[in-house]
Amino acid sequence: MANILILLFNGISEGALYFLMAASLSVILGLMGVVNFAHGTLFLWGAYVFRWVYVYIFPNNFILAIICATLAGFLIGLIFEKVFISRVYGNIGAQIMITLGLSIVFTELVRVIWGPSALVVGRPPMLAGASHLEFDFGTVIISHYRLFVIIVGVVVAVLGHFLLTRTRVGMTIRAGVQNSEMVGALGININRYFTLVFAVGGALAGFGGALFAPLSTTITPLSGNQFQLMAFIVVVIGGMGSFVGSALGSLFMAVMIALIGWTIPDISLVAPVALMALILIFKPQGLFKWR
Amino acid sequence: MSLLKVNDLVSYIGLFTILQGVSMEIQQGEAVAILGRNGAGKTTFLRTVMGLVKTRSGSITFNDASIIGKATHKISKLGIGYCPEDYGVFDLLTIEENLVLATHKKNAATRDRIAYVLDLFPDLKLAYKRHARTLSGGQRQMLSVGRSLVNSPALILIDEPSKGLAPVVIEKMALALKEIAKQSTIVLVEQNFHMALIVTDRYYIIDEGRTVHGGLMKDLENDKELQQRHLGL
Repeated sequence: MANILILLFNGISEGALYFLMAASLSVILGLMGVVNFAHGTLFLWGAYVFRWVYVYIFPNNFILAIICATLAGFLIGLIFEKVFISRVYGNIGAQIMITLGLSIVFTELVRVIWGPSALVVGRPPMLAGASHLEFDFGTVIISHYRLFVIIVGVVVAVLGHFLLTRTRVGMTIRAGVQNSEMVGALGININRYFTLVFAVGGALAGFGGALFAPLSTTITPLSGNQFQLMAFIVVVIGGMGSFVGSALGSLFMAVMIALIGWTIPDISLVAPVALMALILIFKPQGLFKWR
Repeated sequence: MSLLKVNDLVSYIGLFTILQGVSMEIQQGEAVAILGRNGAGKTTFLRTVMGLVKTRSGSITFNDASIIGKATHKISKLGIGYCPEDYGVFDLLTIEENLVLATHKKNAATRDRIAYVLDLFPDLKLAYKRHARTLSGGQRQMLSVGRSLVNSPALILIDEPSKGLAPVVIEKMALALKEIAKQSTIVLVEQNFHMALIVTDRYYIIDEGRTVHGGLMKDLENDKELQQRHLGL
């Protein structure tokens, strides 16, 4: 029982990172119809910029390092949209090739700048410890950093939901997810929203990468791949374009992977992919689309 | 002075040329029907005016200024409201949000216009806080038309408001449009001849992407041969 709780807790903390990736990926897909295969590389840049700032620029300043990583994601996302993606709206084939190309180039850039080897990242001292909770069925170890990541994930989900449901910007994005052409016909420059959403999506991915680095304690140029795959699966589970669906999908995935990892660890990576295939076949609108 | 003037308009979608020479003039305060068979190019004409379909040649002027090549949102802001064939209502938004989203300015005038829309379509007032996905076809059409009014546009383009609606709802919609036509210029694409007769005074017929006829609705009403030839009535 204690092991299950630990696995669930650890899984949910990674689910918070899936959510940071998937929420923006989903809104980008819903609003702009862009399948962004370069999203994982923004996550990767977030992780590396975080470490670079945390170790060399402002040593041990966790908050500044997180801010710099988030800004890096925002700027790279902005450049991606303005320079590349905006030229291929409506052309899915070109979008896939361009985002895949960007993913490869920017991942290789990480390798060139910071080297191919794994780099160690320390956790901030105030979040480095763990609490041991004693129960009748055993001891449950709660990592403070993982708890922090879960709390941050929840805060971002609540803020994002507020932004999407209570502000005019959010209203426009929700409308654009359904029919961006009609938003334009109402006199709104939807292209500005495309740029904004892509850049904020990059910021969220960069933020996720920054949170991931101390969680994992090592980063490599391949670190973004698994999270990108998981984010795509969450988007399919949650329903394309659905912010709340991404939150519920991330939680669902985290719990599922934790439980499968405990019972049949050999298929813990295969199972989500198989689930994605089943959902695409039998319920392509996702499990939580209308939420 | 013409509010909208279209001259020999040619527009295309992908490899297909859809409009092959549409010309018309709409005066301020008129209600004009665009008639024609299915696939004649009526919807494409409205979409071309809104900048949603690309133009190959010809001209479109609104208030004497060319709007060819302008972005759709800029055309809208010039004072053209648009109700598409599929309503264009946002399902994930409430009725209130659909109306508020359409407002170009947040001031007393737009608040008054929203109140006017709700008076014109009381069904919308009753369901004001409900999500648009819960609305019936008729209510969605009311929302689409109502939303196009909130900025007091000089011109409203309405695409087949009777499509898929029950006869009693069509009657209500026709009367509402007649009321709107007292304040705004309307271009109405319509297959339902009866509705076009109630709402509009003048017509153009588009056939195979070209304007082939134009005149007064009351003359067309009596010209069974013309109706048969171009409208299949």
